[in-house]
Amino acid sequence: MSNVFIIFQTNEDTRNIVEAILQDNDAASVNEQPAMVRIDSPGMLRIRRETVEDKMGRDFDLQELHVNLISLSGNINETDDEFSLSWKH
Amino acid sequence: MHLDLRTVSITPLRQTFDSIAARIGSDKPASRYQEATLDVQPDANFHYRPLWDPEHDIYDASRTAVKMNDWYAFKDPRQFYYGTYTLARARMQETAEGDFTFVESRGLANNFPTASKDLALKVLLPLRHVEWGANMNNTSMCAYGYGAAITQPCLFNAMDHLGMAQYLTRVGLLLDDVAALDTAKQAWLFDAGWQELRRYVEDTFVMKDWFELFIAQNLVLNGLLYPLVYQHFDSVLSAQAGPVVSMLTRFQHEWYAETSKWVNATLKIALSESIENQQLLSSWTKTYRDRAIIALAPIAALALGDKAEAVMAELVEEFNARAIKFGLTL
Repeated sequence: MSNVFIIFQTNEDTRNIVEAILQDNDAASVNEQPAMVRIDSPGMLRIRRETVEDKMGRDFDLQELHVNLISLSGNINETDDEFSLSWKH
Repeated sequence: MHLDLRTVSITPLRQTFDSIAARIGSDKPASRYQEATLDVQPDANFHYRPLWDPEHDIYDASRTAVKMNDWYAFKDPRQFYYGTYTLARARMQETAEGDFTFVESRGLANNFPTASKDLALKVLLPLRHVEWGANMNNTSMCAYGYGAAITQPCLFNAMDHLGMAQYLTRVGLLLDDVAALDTAKQAWLFDAGWQELRRYVEDTFVMKDWFELFIAQNLVLNGLLYPLVYQHFDSVLSAQAGPVVSMLTRFQHEWYAETSKWVNATLKIALSESIENQQLLSSWTKTYRDRAIIALAPIAALALGDKAEAVMAELVEEFNARAIKFGLTL
């Protein structure tokens, strides 16, 4: 199955988001590059609001992702609680 | 001429300080919170014991009966160090200032019904002294506690309480004038209704065990007082006279929701360490909960009238549920 990926700038906010992604997606792999971090995952990648909030210790709106987002691939499915990338659609 | 551009990826030799890497592993970068917290407090080479307490070192883990293998096991879920803490509070303060300006500029305080105004002043203003007590107590936990992972948020907490005492003062000045503050102080010192709470606060001033103090102040007293005043009393006032006072006490309301997360996380870590800790913390919680219920009953009656008993019962039930959820036996 082909990969989906998401790339963030490296900073204090995205550290928690990346940790949350790794916790929720067993198959995901991290690729740290200068000033950015890329996460690949076969077929599907989930970002759950609850996990990110746990890591950050504050309320988190999934829309805040976009502040630090560099690029992504995959079809997006977005709700208040989850942001997911996949090739399903 | 031919120019060839290529990207060179330089991997850093070290991700963080060696002392931090020893705790979290050297393969990943540390967060600012970790770097500003872990092992920050000195723990060796104390040449002299303090003259004021020759039984203990200046930083000494044995000042509390709670035992921890590693005092840096505590983690603040809000990840507050100086930078993040001041940023978070600046944001909250900006909102609060906005609210005060709004109330002032529209003259909302002057149009506030007299009966509700009197009630608000009667209940809220003596709480300045409770906030100041909480400030003293948290400073004491910071002074005698062990390990920056817990003393750091205690000091932040102390500053928060000082700030909230000032907000209450400003509520008094906005709704009335300086005389209101004196009246409230007289009530705090002499009115029968406030004496149990005052006794509770003053008894905590002389507590030696700082973790016991943490339970008495941050878990029990705040855990009952804040929902009582800033939820239940607040909705009574709003129903009577609109949300003016809710706006002026919004900081406290938001602050309590945020800080409870830290208190819960701290206790959860302490009591999962050992069965002795769990029993000790449970017995402290029970003792102070029972005292706090007695101390707060007259305040509830003052604030809520005949609904007081039902609300207190509900609050105690919520408090028990919260404590049991993170592992205390009550």
